[in-house]
Amino acid sequence: MELFFFFFFALVAVGSGIAMIVQRNPIYSVLLLIMVMVSLAGLFLMLNAQFVAIIQIVVYAGAIMVLFLFVVMLLNLSREEGGAFRIQKPVAGVLAVLLLVPIGTMISSTVLPDTYTQIGESPLGLGEVEQIGSLLFTRYLLPAEIAAVLLLIAIVGAVVLTRKGVIVSRD
Amino acid sequence: MVPVSYYLILSAVLFLTGAVGFMIRRNAIIMLMSIELMLNGANLSFVAFARQFGMSDGHIYVFIAITIAAAEAAIGLALVILLFRNRGTVNIDEVKTLRW
Repeated sequence: MELFFFFFFALVAVGSGIAMIVQRNPIYSVLLLIMVMVSLAGLFLMLNAQFVAIIQIVVYAGAIMVLFLFVVMLLNLSREEGGAFRIQKPVAGVLAVLLLVPIGTMISSTVLPDTYTQIGESPLGLGEVEQIGSLLFTRYLLPAEIAAVLLLIAIVGAVVLTRKGVIVSRD
Repeated sequence: MVPVSYYLILSAVLFLTGAVGFMIRRNAIIMLMSIELMLNGANLSFVAFARQFGMSDGHIYVFIAITIAAAEAAIGLALVILLFRNRGTVNIDEVKTLRW
């Protein structure tokens, strides 16, 4: 049963990912990436990561991808034609498959203890909001504060970059 | 019963799909989305290991990674808008001023 759900979400994710990178229409690409993220949220739920799954849907698919959609519609990008340098496409595919073989071999040959996941049984409180909250305020307080400063920098940077006009220094 | 290595292989496949998309596409926005796909692959790996070792620290890393991805997407898209405003195109093959 878990195997069926895993393969369903995995095939949807990989299929949408491959469709996203070969799609010519940029809006279709954004929607396919949203589909990847929703199927990934399903996989997170199977791994007892309830909070992360909801954050993935609300923040990643619901805010960041909508931002991408705004920009694509703002720039009024139409369906693009095929790119030049045809040799790069099969070479990139071959390199990716060539890199997947050693990664897959290393992952499959490593013997990890207690390697089977099953829906419904998990250590106490794994992935629940209380545990994440307590970790975020005790052990990971510094990364959380730095993430807040990073978001402030991103907001100020985006506004400064896209405004028109020249900054004139007044003496 | 799904072994954890299945999740890790899926994470590697997603990461490589994003990398291939970054290499073969010439549209700047599609390249940014391929980077997001790579980040999602890495997030799946974090969550799989968090489940396997029974520690929620992996979820914290995913939380911070999603935050960083949001900041990077905002700045990247601001730069793409600026590029479009100055050059009229988001095709990165057409924005080179080097001789070769």
